[in-house]
Amino acid sequence: MTLADLKPGFADAVFEAQAGFRALLDAFAYAGRITTVDLNLDPPAPLDVAMAAVALTLFDFDTPVWLEPAVAAGSVAGWIRFHSGSAIVAAAGEAQFAVVCDAAAMPALTGFSVGEDRYPDRSATLVIQVPSLTDGPVTRWTGPGIDGSIEVAIAGLPDDFWAQWDDNHALYPLGIDVIFACGREVIGLPRGIKVEV
Amino acid sequence: MYVAVKGGERAILNSHELIAETRRGDTSVPEVSTRQISEQLGLAVDRVMAEGSIYDRDLAALAVKQAQGDLVEAIFLLRAYRTTLPRLAVSEPVDTAQMLVRRRVSAAYKDIPGGQVLGPTYDYTHRLLDFALAAEEGVGEPEAPVGEAPLDAGMPHVADILDYEGLIEPEIPDEDASEPFDLTREPMSFPADRDQRLQNLARGDEGFVLALGYSTQRGFGGTHPFAGEIRMGEVSVEIVPEELGFAIDIGDVVVSECHMINQFEGSAERPPQFTRGYGLSFGHNERKVMAMALVDRALRAREFGEAAVYPAQDEEFVLYHADNVEAAGFVSHLKLPHYVDFQAELGLIRKLRREFEERQQKDAAE
Amino acid sequence: MMRSTETAEANAARARWMGVLARATRDELESAWSTLAERPSYDMLRRPETGLVMVRGRAGGTGNPFNLGEMTVTRCAVRLPDGTTGTSYAAGRDQRKAELAAVFDALMQTGERMRIESGVITPIARRQQTDRDLKSRKAAATKVEFFTMVRGDNPK
Repeated sequence: MTLADLKPGFADAVFEAQAGFRALLDAFAYAGRITTVDLNLDPPAPLDVAMAAVALTLFDFDTPVWLEPAVAAGSVAGWIRFHSGSAIVAAAGEAQFAVVCDAAAMPALTGFSVGEDRYPDRSATLVIQVPSLTDGPVTRWTGPGIDGSIEVAIAGLPDDFWAQWDDNHALYPLGIDVIFACGREVIGLPRGIKVEV
Repeated sequence: MYVAVKGGERAILNSHELIAETRRGDTSVPEVSTRQISEQLGLAVDRVMAEGSIYDRDLAALAVKQAQGDLVEAIFLLRAYRTTLPRLAVSEPVDTAQMLVRRRVSAAYKDIPGGQVLGPTYDYTHRLLDFALAAEEGVGEPEAPVGEAPLDAGMPHVADILDYEGLIEPEIPDEDASEPFDLTREPMSFPADRDQRLQNLARGDEGFVLALGYSTQRGFGGTHPFAGEIRMGEVSVEIVPEELGFAIDIGDVVVSECHMINQFEGSAERPPQFTRGYGLSFGHNERKVMAMALVDRALRAREFGEAAVYPAQDEEFVLYHADNVEAAGFVSHLKLPHYVDFQAELGLIRKLRREFEERQQKDAAE
Repeated sequence: MMRSTETAEANAARARWMGVLARATRDELESAWSTLAERPSYDMLRRPETGLVMVRGRAGGTGNPFNLGEMTVTRCAVRLPDGTTGTSYAAGRDQRKAELAAVFDALMQTGERMRIESGVITPIARRQQTDRDLKSRKAAATKVEFFTMVRGDNPK
């Protein structure tokens, strides 16, 4: 990549990162609820604004990032390296964040770090960009941050995704966390949430 | 147990005002500038940078001013400030053999390549109070003599001279070594490797490390050290930014370095040889790096199959107590309200005292 | 192979002037900028940003690396109208200095290179070398010149 055609990051790093962080905090506190990321960004393809905002807000020098192969081949890798300073790693298991834009073809959740007994926080967070947060098969989520239960209809996931999620949920307090992104919106799915299909 | 205690807000705000006034002192005396502190109290600034673990003279000078010269408080301020900054890179290891040397002495060899360079040191001063410094007219503009030629560029380490003869343990990087431990990212863990110990000692309290180093020489540790070399000067700092992919210099830092050479009688596996203790610190902190080198060697007891029986050889004791921000915080927390705790203790002591007195009366009656 | 050698040489040349710019004072860069015949416009690719670099040493000076402590650093990246980008990383917290260093780094990669090299980089590098020499010569003045005396207590 040459820096000459690099897409910009946040125009105002402090305030925009704070706004992004606030949105993600809400998304995880109220799992299953759609949260809007109210930021103007011009991210490199194929990243949506929400996905780009997650990257600029959470990724930094200390967080190795795994990119799905199709994304790694494009200009996103250089963009993340420049704006976040993150190392891009080839092994999914070494990543603290993973960027997935083609959800249907995503690798198994078991390939990512679930943390250690002493440090469950050292697990990976997957950011999955999906075609829709409302038009997919309806699932019922229960757990911390949800008053009773909430219906969520995320589109474009692999058929066995929720079966994999069941296994991940069972590892609690270990396990990965997921952020679903679409357009300007995100939904948080922390490991403690149980999902029924 | 701590309880929320209300009602102190006004008192706290007023104490802030009072500390500001106290810090300023007599207003008929000119206010000291951070630039003056940086230039004229340079060694205080150096210590704050080393133990505050941030190299930035202006910030350290500000911390010294704000803390009214309380260096442990200044170190705390600098540590707190660092948490507000993102990490942008990790440097390549600095090459102290390429130092722009300002001082370099060896107590092991008289004639060393590059020579014995005394530099700016108090070692040969008379330690008599110099009242000229207190004189109204000040010290003027002292100028040091300038040598005809610069020192040799690149001075070999004295320890390397012994290395040629194979009389000192070699010090070469282990190609398979994992990323160095980082105390600012990971909690302390034991047994600790040398990287963790050196980072801890480099930012550890000078007084604590000095006392431990002293103890190893006074019978609490079987060391027979020689100051192989002490040097101080500027080294360049190089990073490889992710977006460039090649190494660039970002500037220079002043560091002090000490190699202690220690006798080792040998063991079943190892021949008799000299072993090394190492000290490195930001700024001009010679006492600190000498003490650090002594403690580094003492903590390597396990490596050499030595019995770890003295305090300076006990890594949990040393590493857990070397940090003065942690130590000061834990001791200072006793100032926080413990009113409920204390009421409970008071009740307990009263009860025990009653029981004691009852027993005594009973014994007397019998 | 040829190509990678050329890249390595170009990177080494760039690393040299980036090092000079990183060690320049803000005043030096400011006055070089103000005396430039044509001051180009530029976009901020990355606004000046202050952060930390973890400085490493080696155990025993030559052994395994360890983390010594951090230092402040300020970085900046700019883009000239022709697309050339300039980057800077400089010790300390001076954001204006980082910005100017990035601009000069960009200009050094354009047709202005010769002019900037002789008008900006070379004089600053010379001043830096003079300063280093002076420090070293003051240290050299404190070098001990041992001389040995023949002691008179040996029996003839």
